[in-house]
Amino acid sequence: MYAQMVKSEGSSGEETPEEREFQDRIDRGEKIEPKEWMPAGYRKTLIRQISQHAHSEIVGQLPEGNWITRAPTLERKQILLAKVQDEAGHGLYLYSAAETLGISRDEMYEQLHSGKAKYSSIFNYPTLTWADMGAVGWLVDGAAIMNQVPLQRTSYGPYSRAMIRICKEESFHQRQGYHIMMKMARGTEAQREMAQDALNRFWYPALMMFGPSDANSVHSEQSMAWKIKINTNDELRQRFVNETVPQAEFLGLEVPDPDLAWNEEKGGYDFSQPDWDEFFEVLKGNGPCNKERLGARVKAWEDGAWFRDGLTAYAEKASARRAASATAAE
Amino acid sequence: MSKEWPLWEIFIRSQNGLNHRHVGSLHAPDAETAILNARDVYTRRKEGVSIWVVKAVDITASQPSLKGPIFDPAEDKVYRHPTFYDIPDDVEHM
Ligand SMILES: [Fe+2]
Ligand SMILES: [Fe+2]
Repeated sequence: MYAQMVKSEGSSGEETPEEREFQDRIDRGEKIEPKEWMPAGYRKTLIRQISQHAHSEIVGQLPEGNWITRAPTLERKQILLAKVQDEAGHGLYLYSAAETLGISRDEMYEQLHSGKAKYSSIFNYPTLTWADMGAVGWLVDGAAIMNQVPLQRTSYGPYSRAMIRICKEESFHQRQGYHIMMKMARGTEAQREMAQDALNRFWYPALMMFGPSDANSVHSEQSMAWKIKINTNDELRQRFVNETVPQAEFLGLEVPDPDLAWNEEKGGYDFSQPDWDEFFEVLKGNGPCNKERLGARVKAWEDGAWFRDGLTAYAEKASARRAASATAAE
Repeated sequence: MSKEWPLWEIFIRSQNGLNHRHVGSLHAPDAETAILNARDVYTRRKEGVSIWVVKAVDITASQPSLKGPIFDPAEDKVYRHPTFYDIPDDVEHM
């Protein structure tokens, strides 16, 4: 997902009384708040997961930012700008949720910029045509929603509250994407082809967003016990396919999977898995746009340094001036 | 590396008549910028009519580990609630 393959850090030895009490609280549906006692593994895993999610929101602005200046109408440009601005907001909500666990913002940036921290594989694919803005909103935000809706119930209070805010804003993202797809699919033949091509390119990368099957993963088991993961990757992927295929049919577009078929017995579609070798390559940094994305992010951070420093210097000066005039008035 | 901007806690009044409510936090060099940033981060859909910003380091919080000693004394004082008193149904307006 936006946080793919997050390794959870279960405790090694015997369960301590504190750990038992902590697990009981979670089982009772209580929320855990910052500064309360929590197992070191819970803290570490959450920091990893929330920061990876935050990084994805921030890097996720880049493929769409690519089209802001080339949107076909002023209205589409305003919409896309608002959507990308929302994603910046999502990143900020999540970074501050992670900070309540004791990691600093700069540390998280450092981890992203050095390549130590990951972000979602999906943002390492290029956005080649305007139809990709449709496919991204429809499929990528759609897949993100699938994961974020259950996470509103996660056990960690600040994370849960960030998810609730994010989910409120996401449905506009998906709908504006689908709206673009509708326009394109019902436009000229060339536009319809563009829409089909975008679906062809984004279908499997979208399925990868949920991560590889984790039905037998101990990490997932621990995360689910802690309620920082609610569903298995396969469950969410299946749900996504079930909801998305009829939407593609409505558009008159074809999902690029010859084996896609409704399975009456399981009440869901049978579908082909994405190429997991490709997924691991992208995660390792060898996707089509990894270097470009991270490069753009690092450049923005470095180019902005003089500005951040300037504002800091101004703030320090102003507060010194205030202090001086307060003393003078005494 | 540059110095990290301080963290500000953000409180928003969603409409007049309601309290300001904590909505999250953000980094900014000073209070004025924190308010500007809070507008962009937390009120993109008209979620507020007023913003308070407080430096996170200036907030003193009660200790989670003292939750018991601080809050439990209120537990056995049920007589502070109206439901503690049995008043016959015949008595109206009470
Ligand atoms: Fe988002
Ligand atoms: Fe989104």
